[in-house]
Amino acid sequence: MGKTFSKPNVLSQNYTHYCPGCTHGIVHRLVAEAIDELDIQDRTVGIAPVGCAVMAYNYFDCDFQEAAHGRAPAMATGIKRVRPDLIVFTYQGDGDLASIGMGEIIHAANRGEKFTVIFINNAIYGMTGGQMAPTTMPGQRATTAPTGRDTDQTGMPIRMANLLGELVTPGYVTRQAVLKPQQVNKAKKAIKKAFQYQVEGKCFSFVEVVSTCPTNWGMTPLNALKWAEETLLPYYELGDYKTPEE
Amino acid sequence: MAKVLMKGNEAIGEAAIRAGCKNYFAYPITPQSEVAEYLVKRLPEEGGVFLQGESEVAVGYMIFGASGAGERVMTTSSSPGISLMSEAISYIAAAQCPAVFVNIMRGGPGLGGILPSQGDYFQATKGGGHGDYRLLVLAPDGVQEAVEMTMQAFGLAEKYRNPVMVLGDGMIGQMMEPVEFPDDLKSEPSNKDDWATNGMATRKSKKRNLVKSLFLDPTELNQNNLILKAKYEQMRKEEVQFELYNADTDYQVMITSYGTMSRVCRTAIDMLKKEGIEVAMFRPKTLFPFPEQEVHDAAIKESCKSVISIEMSMGQMVEDVQRCVMGKRPVEFYGECGGEIPSPEKIIEIIKTLVK
Ligand SMILES: Cc1ncc(C[n+]2csc(CCOP(=O)(O)OP(=O)(O)O)c2C)c(N)n1
Ligand code: SF4
Repeated sequence: MGKTFSKPNVLSQNYTHYCPGCTHGIVHRLVAEAIDELDIQDRTVGIAPVGCAVMAYNYFDCDFQEAAHGRAPAMATGIKRVRPDLIVFTYQGDGDLASIGMGEIIHAANRGEKFTVIFINNAIYGMTGGQMAPTTMPGQRATTAPTGRDTDQTGMPIRMANLLGELVTPGYVTRQAVLKPQQVNKAKKAIKKAFQYQVEGKCFSFVEVVSTCPTNWGMTPLNALKWAEETLLPYYELGDYKTPEE
Repeated sequence: MAKVLMKGNEAIGEAAIRAGCKNYFAYPITPQSEVAEYLVKRLPEEGGVFLQGESEVAVGYMIFGASGAGERVMTTSSSPGISLMSEAISYIAAAQCPAVFVNIMRGGPGLGGILPSQGDYFQATKGGGHGDYRLLVLAPDGVQEAVEMTMQAFGLAEKYRNPVMVLGDGMIGQMMEPVEFPDDLKSEPSNKDDWATNGMATRKSKKRNLVKSLFLDPTELNQNNLILKAKYEQMRKEEVQFELYNADTDYQVMITSYGTMSRVCRTAIDMLKKEGIEVAMFRPKTLFPFPEQEVHDAAIKESCKSVISIEMSMGQMVEDVQRCVMGKRPVEFYGECGGEIPSPEKIIEIIKTLVK
């Protein structure tokens, strides 16, 4: 019988540092599969964020740069503008992208920079120990919102895909999830499409992935998946927010 | 090549192109916006890249990305803009990437003003961003040197894989002077295959490259800092540049001054000479590495009774001068800020109080 499942080539042999049950690992694999299938490993440059994925460069066998907190889209702009032949992607968390890096992502998207953004929305700051993120749900507890997010004080969670989907400049903006196998398959298709658009030199592409952080949510991995399904998905609706063909 | 009359800011833009830099990212700020206005026209003619970023914060990382990918790249800004870029400068220094930053200084702190100043000496030479790093800082005294130093900066940035800053001021940016673009300062980009993230396909070894500044293991971080320190030591040995003016006389006073201020000092020295008063000037052209030994040696000449640092600041370089003179001569300071450039007459008046 032939081999039906194996490690993508571009994924390195290293063990990841992510917590058990964290969905960062799934998304890494999907990105790696897309790079393999499009055969672009040799000309891909990844940009690692600040956040739990800060060491993503240890898990991908391709060129990598590490940005400061939130600045990955500016760095990607620099690379892509001077070397349009390279395939450039950023991999960013919600604290990184939707808080400190809000300016950089909006403007890169609005300029139509031809790189790909993988955006992990786990509704919390993971790496620094569970502080409130711009994506934290109303009433959701975080170390800096110990009684739950008070929207009178902090506003409503920011829906990045909706926001970027509103921009007039063409692009591919989608929100996916990796909470169930069917969603993982769909997310894979979206991620591959995002890279495909870049390979074709078409447009800015952005894949928001609703993810879990069992550690900082204080849940078992299974309960985290269930909570995300019940609490996050009604607010963070899945689907395409913008396609370049529009 | 024949001399052409050019505004400082435009000449800096042209110098970058002549040095072989085809990539420019920037955000407008007075008194240097003409660099961008010039390059937006010139770069397309050269097949280059021009992009106006959304902020200096972003521009700093556009520079970092482009430089990490192995391309020559420059930005220009002025004081408040450089403050915003300081975050990126710290990361670029840590990740050991070459990049050229031009700071056409204006008065501060805060929003300050738009007239020339030398108030960013500390920021340029002592850090600005966080952590243990240094920039190689070149200080031109006019349009011709601004051109030459901008051209040198690319080669130096690549030699050391370190950000290089050309530290001018609003006067240099705004004035027009005849200028010649030297051919011999054009340099070839160094081989970047062993570190640049220019795609694995482009290099001989199939090893992937990584541009990063995170070293969680304390011994690794220490090691990276030692590598940086060794580079700064090498700069101290190999890159010091300075000019001595009227120093073959029995000067009673030695002025230390740089940039635009030094030109006014030169006029004052010539006028004092006519009155029989000999004053020398030591002008550092590299502010880091600072000409430590040379300042010391010039200050302790027997005839020299005192040293005075004259700056368009409230006293910044004077601290380095004091450090180098090591108490062997009194070190005085005179400076003005806010865009007022001290006049030769004012300097003569100050010097006369020192020689009486
Ligand atoms: C300028 C700056 N401010 C703050 C930090 C500290 N910091 C590191 S990671 C992080 C939050 C990251 O959260 P997120 O982007 O949601 O990623 P996750 O860890 O959840 O994957 C913060 C605030 C930093 N490294 N740099
Ligand atoms: S802290 Fe949260 S996001 Fe970070 S690795 Fe652990 S589970 Fe994943």
